[in-house]
Amino acid sequence: MITIYVPRDSSALSLGANQVAAAIQQEADQRQISIKLVRNGSRGMFWLEPMVEVLTVQGRVAYGPVQPEDVASLFDAGFTEGGQHALSLGLTDELPWLKRQERLTFARVGITDPVCLDDYLAHEGYRGLRNTLVQSPEAIVAQVTDSGLRGRGGAAFPTGIKWKTVMVAQAEQKYIVCNADEGDSGTYSDRMIMEGDPFVLIEGMTIAGIAVGATQGYIYVRSEYPHSIAALNLAIKEAYAAGYLGRSILGSTHDFYLEVRRAAGAYVCGEETALLESLEGKRGLVRFKPPLPAISGLFGKPTVINNVISLATVPIIMDKGSEYYRDYGMGRSRGTLPIQLAGNLKHAGLVEKAFGVTLRELLYDYGGGSASGRPIKAVQVGGPLGAYLPESQFDTPLDYEAFSKLWAVLGHGGIVAFDDTVDMAHMARYALEFCAVESCGKCTPCRIGSTRGVEVMDKVMAGTDHVQNIALLRDLSDTMLNGSLCALGGMTPYPVLSALNHFPQDFGLSEAGVNKKERAA
Amino acid sequence: MDKQTDYGTPASRNTEQQVTLDIDGHSITVAKGTSIMHAAMQAGISIPKLCATDSLEPFGSCRLCLVEIDGRRGYPASCTTPVDEGLKVHTQTPKLADIRRGVMELYISDHPLDCLTCSANGDCELQDMAGAVGLREVRYGYEGSNHLSAEKDNSNPYFQFDASKCIVCSRCVRACEETQGTFALTIQGRGFDSKVAAGNFDNFLDSECVSCGACVAACPTATLMEKTVIESGQPEHSVITTCAYCGVGCSFRAEMKGEQVVRMVPDKNGGANHGHSCVKGRFAWGYATHRDRITKPMIRKSIHDAWQEVSWEEAISYAASELQRIQSKHGRNAIGAITSSRCTNEETYLVQKLVRAAFGNNNVDTCARVCHSPTGYGLKQTLGESAGTQTFDSVMQSDVIMVIGANPTDGHPVFGSQMKRRLRQGAKLIIADPRAIDLVSGPHVQADYHLKLKPGTNVALITAMAHVVVTEGLVDEAFVKARCEWDSFQYWSEFVAQPENSPEAMEAAIGVPASDLRAAARLFATGGNAAIYYGLGVTEHSQGSTMVMGIANLAMATGNIGREGVGVNPLRGQNNVQGSCDMGSFPHEFPAIATFPTMPPAPCWKMPGADRWITSQACASPICWTLRLMVASRRCIAKVKTLPSPTPTPSM
Ligand SMILES: Cc1cc2nc3c(=O)[nH]c(=O)nc-3n(C[C@H](O)[C@H](O)[C@H](O)COP(=O)(O)O)c2cc1C
Ligand code: SF4
Ligand code: SF4
Ligand code: SF4
Ligand code: SF4
Ligand code: FES
Ligand code: FES
Repeated sequence: MITIYVPRDSSALSLGANQVAAAIQQEADQRQISIKLVRNGSRGMFWLEPMVEVLTVQGRVAYGPVQPEDVASLFDAGFTEGGQHALSLGLTDELPWLKRQERLTFARVGITDPVCLDDYLAHEGYRGLRNTLVQSPEAIVAQVTDSGLRGRGGAAFPTGIKWKTVMVAQAEQKYIVCNADEGDSGTYSDRMIMEGDPFVLIEGMTIAGIAVGATQGYIYVRSEYPHSIAALNLAIKEAYAAGYLGRSILGSTHDFYLEVRRAAGAYVCGEETALLESLEGKRGLVRFKPPLPAISGLFGKPTVINNVISLATVPIIMDKGSEYYRDYGMGRSRGTLPIQLAGNLKHAGLVEKAFGVTLRELLYDYGGGSASGRPIKAVQVGGPLGAYLPESQFDTPLDYEAFSKLWAVLGHGGIVAFDDTVDMAHMARYALEFCAVESCGKCTPCRIGSTRGVEVMDKVMAGTDHVQNIALLRDLSDTMLNGSLCALGGMTPYPVLSALNHFPQDFGLSEAGVNKKERAA
Repeated sequence: MDKQTDYGTPASRNTEQQVTLDIDGHSITVAKGTSIMHAAMQAGISIPKLCATDSLEPFGSCRLCLVEIDGRRGYPASCTTPVDEGLKVHTQTPKLADIRRGVMELYISDHPLDCLTCSANGDCELQDMAGAVGLREVRYGYEGSNHLSAEKDNSNPYFQFDASKCIVCSRCVRACEETQGTFALTIQGRGFDSKVAAGNFDNFLDSECVSCGACVAACPTATLMEKTVIESGQPEHSVITTCAYCGVGCSFRAEMKGEQVVRMVPDKNGGANHGHSCVKGRFAWGYATHRDRITKPMIRKSIHDAWQEVSWEEAISYAASELQRIQSKHGRNAIGAITSSRCTNEETYLVQKLVRAAFGNNNVDTCARVCHSPTGYGLKQTLGESAGTQTFDSVMQSDVIMVIGANPTDGHPVFGSQMKRRLRQGAKLIIADPRAIDLVSGPHVQADYHLKLKPGTNVALITAMAHVVVTEGLVDEAFVKARCEWDSFQYWSEFVAQPENSPEAMEAAIGVPASDLRAAARLFATGGNAAIYYGLGVTEHSQGSTMVMGIANLAMATGNIGREGVGVNPLRGQNNVQGSCDMGSFPHEFPAIATFPTMPPAPCWKMPGADRWITSQACASPICWTLRLMVASRRCIAKVKTLPSPTPTPSM
């Protein structure tokens, strides 16, 4: 029996993985070769998807990108024994892209059958939970705190400290909520975990529940992620059946119930308080803080709300210890970050690296430079609310503090690259337009400001009352930055002002920021 | 016209802990949980605000009230940030001025510039704030996206909704939810497209709106505005008064222009209504100056003559001489008077005094004879005082609310809203009523038990509940031993415990499944503070007094008397039922409910000086209830009735 892997990840599916899998099965049947087809997660090399792997005595051998019409020739080339073919990529483990990564959170993604509990267990799964079950809540929270793990959803708040607040809060009911709304443009690491290793998220949430005394968890999954929802539901069902969820987990005194909830389809519902409103069945409107969700969250009860990656990183910390995780990284950014390369890059995909890797390494050593072959002019890091960084800042290491010194953010670890054909004024306008479309409409600076911002940008780009409108753009940015209720309105000035400050010429200003037309006059 | 102070956010419910902080250099001590905005206002420092008002929970949306706090990042909103010990807060800094002006500039970039012709001119918080932050220009121009051509909704007969003036502060939506509990309004759309909508309906009239006007009162602009203000402009003075409609007795400020009422604004200091009212009190005041009202005295000699307008002097002396004439011809008992529970204590006191001192008899009665006497009698027999035991506010401490034969959301709307507020906070609800009143199932309110008893079976129901309490060991014996008469209790408990009083035995008679009745009784006895609210569905039955006693007994047996959140609560027909009775309007009771024929100066006589006017004839006179009074007057025994205002005949 030959084991063949064809990813079930959405990125592979969108490139024809299902058709490839069907073709392989059909071809094998025809040739009377008995195969076991495993639908694994993606290895994160999107330019090679659908990437098919075959298990051989040397290890797993990769082929890609494979299309259904390549299948017959692959069989002809003896790919079931690792035979050479034009699409041969060699041993998967030796692929430089993968070899140079530090895959901790993504340790199993692409390797296992995501919805097979036995496979999960065979690959060190649920060891973290077993360690958790013999520890006190204080010890678990201390271990997470000591690991230095910070929230990967955007705000980088220390996960252990958040858990501690919920742990000490007194309440009859507490909740664990996983933020899987993943709305940032150019990000997909949450999705890859949910589709490629859902058990690690389930395990992480169960540990969180035991640590803080919560018995109910919800995963709020972006509605555009049907494959994630399906994979999670399959995995949750298996976990219940095997006693990893439900009453008295693994015979312990702990109960933990878990449910998937389909999100409302709005970017702002990724903001934690709007998410809670949405989970409660209300309009996705942002709540003011305090009270923090940790004190008064879902249905007014103490609630841990964490990003997928934050929670999926907990099992390895509980398995291998806080030092193991903390030893990766730099400064106050400990461990690894699953970085998502996107935009105008030759090689887009997922790179899990310890903090400290520079933007340049990521863009060139991993990304292979721009896809267009033109110079990379700017990158936006941290989603649609992240700042644009010019080439002069590409040597910045990925580190929360280093980025914040540059008035930039790491956010959820998405990096979108633009070549020199991009008009940064257009990008600034786009940021405001995004805010206008996605604004929940609760607070004035964002509700009215985003729409006015687009109008002001139109005037700037048309050269109407140029000096006055640039000044107005800055004043408006200031109002939004300081006045907005949440980070949607509050951080929209990041892309706007970083574009204006780093690329004044795109806004009709000289390098020094002086108006060209005014100077001529 | 003086305006009532708006503290921006409700007062803190924490009355025990105090916090001291510094706001703009003033040291201020306030209750823990108070917002910085409220604390500042207490010290006379007003922070700009638009989305906050002290009748509603803070919302944090306008972003005008931002402040700076030493040692804290950013600019927290003072309406949503609670005070903390030792905070140093600055409410006016150059940076805050910039942010506030920036926010106002955005607001005004989507607002019609017609303040001079606007109905809210002079009473518009948006106008006030533009002034407060010193807005001088709107650099965005007026060509951009806006809502200036949004249509007016004039469907509601009492108020207009002019969407072009809306600043989307959600105060109306929140007022409809929090204050009124109707949930008729919502914000539709997102971002710039957000707008107020009457649910899924096209306009206010078609929607679930009950025209209570809470949203109108909460609106800071001209968007929701009383039509009377649109017609006549801003009022110039106000007069405190009380709504004459229902038993809640809401306090109002009648806002006037000369002699003309412009609008009725519920008084924030009103103990019964705390600034809320229903459609009747707020909008149905056309009678106040209606031309059909009789404002001049008139007399006629016989029912066949036409009414004749005369001077007050003539009217009074004619009435007095006629009273004397009838009395001298037909005897002392030939005349009497009926008082109204819509009149003040002073008025009813004077009427009964007139009867007892001048007429020299006890021929006085009150309209509350119909709705209240079973309560008066039943509670006097059981609790020793013929009065309800709680204030309306007590309901905010109740954990279990039992409503019997009353429909608060219709009959006592403002109290109904308060009760719904408590129910939304999680109190449990038992309804004993044949009808599916609105409380049975409404927005965010759902009765835990609806006992649909057959009409006329109140006493059987309350006795069956008592049966469950006694036989299942749910009596609060410590309470009964300490506060009740043990022998009477034993007698009662033996009676109710008889098998024929069990829910099962009574099931067919009452028409309520025994299991529901048992469960409701258990909930009442064990669910924490349990309060009973009842109305005319209890008292206007032939067994009304017995049922009131049954209610009082159940409350006593379960220890639900004598503190906030519990008690026996009659919902009365009119706003001064208690007062008019206390003033001696009943023929068998002197003022302060001194029982006839107790002669002054007996120990329970509480009205100093009354012995000077109570005539010995009155003390010796028989008592004469309304019904007898009426019948008697038909038979020409009592010849004259003095009627302050009620219409007793139809209600008998
Ligand atoms: C507009 C907006 C959208 C957001 N979207 C997401 C999201 O899709 N996923 C996420 O994990 N966090 C998102 N966040 C951040 C969350 O509010 C919150 O900080 C996070 O879920 C906390 O989890 P963590 O501590 O594990 O990062 C968003 C924040 C804002 C302001
Ligand atoms: S900043 Fe925008 S998204 Fe956030 S609360 Fe305000 S209006 Fe809503
Ligand atoms: S009038 Fe009352 S019921 Fe109607 S929308 Fe306003 S608050 Fe709601
Ligand atoms: S109608 Fe009035 S209260 Fe309601 S959102 Fe508009 S301005 Fe605010
Ligand atoms: S609730 Fe009763 S007292 Fe209050 S306004 Fe309405 S009718 Fe008048
Ligand atoms: S008054 Fe505080 S945000 Fe509106
Ligand atoms: S003056 Fe018209 S809404 Fe304020």
